Amino acid sequence: MPRPGFVLNVDRSTPPTLFWHGEGFRLEKLPADRSRVIYAPEPLDAVDDIDGAIQDALLNPIEMDPLPTLLFPGMKLTIAFDDVSLPLPKMQRPDLRQRIIEQVLTMAADAGVDDVHIIAALALHRRMHEFELRHALGDRVYDAFEPRGTLYQHDAEDPDNLTLLGSTPEGEEVEINKRAAESDLLVYVNINLVAMDGGWKSTATGLASYRSLRHNHNPTTMEASHSFMDQHKSELHKSNWRMGEIMREHGPTVFQIETTLNTDTFPKPFGYLSKREWEWNAKDRALYLGAAKSLAKTPPRLARKIFQGIEAPHQMTSVQAGEVEAVHKITTENVYDQQLVEVEGQTDILTMGIPYICAYNVHSIMNPILVMCTGLGYFFNMYRGKPLVREGGVVILTHPTPNEFHPVHHPSYIDFFEEVLADTTDPHVMSQKWEKQYAEDDWYRHLYRTTHAYHGVHPFYMWYWGSHGMKHVGKVIIVGGDAPTVRKLGFTPASTMNDAFEIASDVVGRQPTITHLKTPPLMIADVK
Amino acid sequence: MKALRISRSIPRLGLARIASPLSPAAAAKIGPLNYTVVDAPDLPGPGWQRVRTRLAGICGSDLSLVEGHASLYFQDWVSFPFVPGHEVVGELEDGTRVVLEPVLGHEARGFSPPFDGAAPGDGDDYTHLATGPLEPGIQTGFCCSTGGGWAPEFVAHESQLHRISDDMPDERAVLIEPFAGGIHAALLAAPTLAARQDPTTPPIVAVLGAGTMGLAAVAGLRRYLPDVRIIVGARYQHQQALAKAFGADVVVGPDKLARAVRRAAGCHIIGDYLTSGAHVTIDAVGTSATVADAIRITRPRGRVVLLGMPADVNLDLTGLWHRETELKGAYTYGTETLPDGRTCSTFALAIETVNALTAERLLSATYDLTDHVDAIAHAAGAGRRGAVKIAFDMRSGDT
Repeated sequence: MPRPGFVLNVDRSTPPTLFWHGEGFRLEKLPADRSRVIYAPEPLDAVDDIDGAIQDALLNPIEMDPLPTLLFPGMKLTIAFDDVSLPLPKMQRPDLRQRIIEQVLTMAADAGVDDVHIIAALALHRRMHEFELRHALGDRVYDAFEPRGTLYQHDAEDPDNLTLLGSTPEGEEVEINKRAAESDLLVYVNINLVAMDGGWKSTATGLASYRSLRHNHNPTTMEASHSFMDQHKSELHKSNWRMGEIMREHGPTVFQIETTLNTDTFPKPFGYLSKREWEWNAKDRALYLGAAKSLAKTPPRLARKIFQGIEAPHQMTSVQAGEVEAVHKITTENVYDQQLVEVEGQTDILTMGIPYICAYNVHSIMNPILVMCTGLGYFFNMYRGKPLVREGGVVILTHPTPNEFHPVHHPSYIDFFEEVLADTTDPHVMSQKWEKQYAEDDWYRHLYRTTHAYHGVHPFYMWYWGSHGMKHVGKVIIVGGDAPTVRKLGFTPASTMNDAFEIASDVVGRQPTITHLKTPPLMIADVK
Repeated sequence: MKALRISRSIPRLGLARIASPLSPAAAAKIGPLNYTVVDAPDLPGPGWQRVRTRLAGICGSDLSLVEGHASLYFQDWVSFPFVPGHEVVGELEDGTRVVLEPVLGHEARGFSPPFDGAAPGDGDDYTHLATGPLEPGIQTGFCCSTGGGWAPEFVAHESQLHRISDDMPDERAVLIEPFAGGIHAALLAAPTLAARQDPTTPPIVAVLGAGTMGLAAVAGLRRYLPDVRIIVGARYQHQQALAKAFGADVVVGPDKLARAVRRAAGCHIIGDYLTSGAHVTIDAVGTSATVADAIRITRPRGRVVLLGMPADVNLDLTGLWHRETELKGAYTYGTETLPDGRTCSTFALAIETVNALTAERLLSATYDLTDHVDAIAHAAGAGRRGAVKIAFDMRSGDT
């Protein structure tokens, strides 16, 4: 029986806590009697017969007819799937998307459907590399569809292949992929890693254009989302729901397939990363010491390659299919079942170790903008109820934060860091002053459409993602980061955790309460 | 009198060339520069005056001679042995303070000027530089007949002298000559900017390097071509701050200049080249790498102005050929035509510019001639050591 999440009150006998530090780790001794560490729930048991469960979901959907009855000869069928940003780390093969799509294709073939397109719903993310598509979909699907041009990636900048479905009463334009919009049936294949994902956000975001996305990817919406993991308190989700209404009214019939994963995040050699430190055995300690020592001597590029090569053993805990909202309601409950941890009250200082990966640097570099976004955009928002840190409190992150960017994946990030952050770190100011220029830059558009670059506007969205966190806290400190880079982000660098506590004392006094969110594995703090 | 003098010694030039990358001080010790007793030069004729040096700057072209890097081009245009020093503020025998316009022009050499009111640097015929009553020499400081500023005394023709007001400190006056050079380079951008194909787009001028000359070019651009968008690649923090203070719109590290220009031009990067880029790029460094970079970031049919003395460079000119880039030298100064059609001597523009900017802030240190080894080392490492301009100070009269 997997154990639920756990909040440890630190005392003098508590061993040092493992902090993520990019492609490395730190062991930090937190002050006794006023610190606590939040541990993620242990992985729930995976579904025994994954393929059987998928088939069952397709044949017995929620509030919709079975998938085979929706398929008929001569129809236009489009299958859209979540891109490389999910899951994290990438899952061991076969990927769930492959398992689901193969079954959908089998049913389509049985029904005589021959007009099938498969689309990576990547919104403004970078196009996936061939090896990533093969990993997600399997060689059989890739080899059958890609050469015929019926497996491709959504292009949010292709005016000829976008359709404006309409506008919400709030004036939000809903513009999505033309093929998807004109299909008789759109099957969306989702992997739900966090409660933020899925539902109308899959289609209204993954298949949308910049024209559409700007209505909810902006500082005002992000600041008013408390939190992204708590849909009914998230303006981002409310916007997506409004857009979903337009899609329901004017768009294709959507057959949503959502899956949830357990928190079995790291394979055997890295098993200690998911364990509580006082439960480390001799082997765990030896593995940790070996890894820490060798990583200290490993060139960053090689260390990055090693970590990015990790394939997670996480496995499916549920699959549900059918009507978008009905499906997503169950999915969200299943995510909560796995990830919620009850936490009593807020804290003065929230510490978070930033790992080597986030949704936007798969097979890439965790650049400074993504460090900010992971800390203040994602981890800060892993709460329900209230933020873990009190208003005006301090967030301490640990990450090397090098001034390093992937030139192919993140070209506009480089300029954003150099130009925009040199001017302002205020999300509202940059949104007004700089966003349009980057969003419409012809070079970024060209790179997004033809190479593997994120859209020109993407670094802005990453910055906006952290806007609620930035507004909420009084100070952000990064321990062990490149000092000039950290300062350029508008944060305070510190060499050690003790230095960071000293710096934080200006804001929260000398005896602050401290909470460490030990993630990944992913969890959501249910703050009472 | 004791002065610094450069002799034509091939072995010493060779030694200096070898030593300079490791130690500019060593190059100053073992190279062609000597601190030695020299005779004060005779007055060559009417119109010439004796000038007592007050401050004399150390320029990049001086350093290239001291370090043995100067191009062989100059061997027929200078006369050895000569006393270097062409950035000079001095004083006439009647106590009047003057700034030297060092070009040995037509009048100084006994030739008719190319047009009435011509400045020493004007004209399209350099015969006078190597012929006539004076020994060859492009400027004071490169001619054995006149001496130069790295001595307590030298001679100058009336056409070379600019009297300065009492309220202008020497420390500012010594920067007039390099500022004139920078302003001349800045104004060489004007014809290209005026002829740009789309006059609705803001004209972009990139400046590579922010030593004295680069900063002077930035100042000239901002002052005389006020609508240009100036983007500067500056290596050191103090240079970046000064470039900003002198009017640059964007200042970045040299490795980030191409992206900054791309952002301003809204173009693409294909390979190492921008598809469009700056209308004009001023290269204030003058190495193979910077000239190549300048061509890469300048838009097709744009102009690259070579302000830094380039000497030998190794370049793939295919890009220049394909883009029809104009490569334009920017040597010294003369008579300028401003965008509004007015003409004016560059020195007059430089005087008003150094006053407006209180340019003495660029003078980082002064040395006695006796400390010339330290002075040369300081000047050679100016950027790295947080300095801009180094000069010799002979005002105490002890030298």
